[in-house]
Amino acid sequence: MLTKRIIPCLDIKDGRTVKGVNFVGLRDAGDPVELAQRYTAEGADELVFLDITATKEKRKTLVKLVTEIAAHINIPFTVGGGIKTVEEIEAILKAGADKVSLNSAIVRDPDLITRASNAFGSQAIVAAVDAKRVDDHWEVFVKGGSEPTGLDALSWIKKTEMLGAGEILLTSMDRDGTKSGFDLDLLKKVNQQITIPVIASGGAGTIQHCCDAVLIGNADAVLAASIFHFREIEIDDLKAQMANEGIDVRILHRDTEESSI
Amino acid sequence: MIGIIKYQAGNLASVSNALNRLGAAHFITDDHNELEKADGIIFPGVGHAGAAMDDLRSRDLDVWLKNTTKPVLGICLGMQLLYESSEEGDSNTLGLIPGELKKFDASKAKVPHMGWNQCKPNIDHPLLKGISEKQFLYYVHGYYAPICKNTLASCNYINDFTAVVAKDNFMGVQFHPEKSGQVGSLLLQNFADMVNIKSEINS
Repeated sequence: MLTKRIIPCLDIKDGRTVKGVNFVGLRDAGDPVELAQRYTAEGADELVFLDITATKEKRKTLVKLVTEIAAHINIPFTVGGGIKTVEEIEAILKAGADKVSLNSAIVRDPDLITRASNAFGSQAIVAAVDAKRVDDHWEVFVKGGSEPTGLDALSWIKKTEMLGAGEILLTSMDRDGTKSGFDLDLLKKVNQQITIPVIASGGAGTIQHCCDAVLIGNADAVLAASIFHFREIEIDDLKAQMANEGIDVRILHRDTEESSI
Repeated sequence: MIGIIKYQAGNLASVSNALNRLGAAHFITDDHNELEKADGIIFPGVGHAGAAMDDLRSRDLDVWLKNTTKPVLGICLGMQLLYESSEEGDSNTLGLIPGELKKFDASKAKVPHMGWNQCKPNIDHPLLKGISEKQFLYYVHGYYAPICKNTLASCNYINDFTAVVAKDNFMGVQFHPEKSGQVGSLLLQNFADMVNIKSEINS
């Protein structure tokens, strides 16, 4: 059976992994390649790297980092953060990433989704959507959640699918960093209206939250950063509990898969 | 020595990285004279069947592939192109394995089939040595090869389909072994072993 995916997310700044608490006080949390290898060995199904480097000059190092990551890990990974053009997407995919995630750039230029998916296949193009509850609906925010767009999140997500996105990385800004659980209403509503996979992001604090994202929110994958980063939840334990709740997950069979990395 | 076929539809860096991790000697080329020097061929592929065939034809690689007697491993789209035809763009493909690629019924579940799924071997084959139905491999595809007599292992998503196929010197895997963790590495090692055994016999 097709399993639900567990996806640790690594924030990258100037080539290093960082972890912020409520967008302030970023602290260095190590070498991204080492952390990626650790997650791979622990049973992560996929990885997401979000580059939050501010300057264009330093962003050039991203392609180098992607090359380094691709040389060392043997599971799929997505790279996102500030990607604006088909040329940048091509450089990242050629360096060995499997997918890119696009956020602010596709709000400004929705046709970028179509150009990119025509060039590289929709399976390589993830539409990242930061949604925040405003009155009775959810609104799309860009630039790291700092700028409202006026777009209704549900209609925007539907549109990204029609334009050629292959997957949605859906972050609830209300829940992000709170560890109070995923926004299940948002997940359910999004999943009702699209046919591409949805990665739930924002709010993971406990194993039960991750199970609920799948069982109630119908998420295809669960993304989290800090709970894995600081070992609050071990991927093994998470998957064992998900399996107990009847969720199909990929369990490593270590007798034949002892890690060589 | 393994030759990786270079054309527009390839996930070349990932396959090359995976072989590097195994220490398997390889080169990447779109020149069939170079490919002739290899002991085994990996034929990767991502993207659209019609476009990929056009690209192969423009480099005369279609003719070379049809005539080679070297062990060939097609990956994902590379496997699909070994069949006769595909519903994707109504393309005629290489015709080395009988059958037509079908599109998954998107009214039944999300398409493409993307993520980790199992593969159930139904016959012993050196390519599948050490791989059991309990293990998971990474798939990304919207079209599938129906089960046929050349099927070595099957997978189920929406319906049963061919996960691993072999006919004569041509083998194909629907999943991406280069992205399938240690299980995928094992399959690539099995292929490298088959290639080495063959080159020893020939030399």
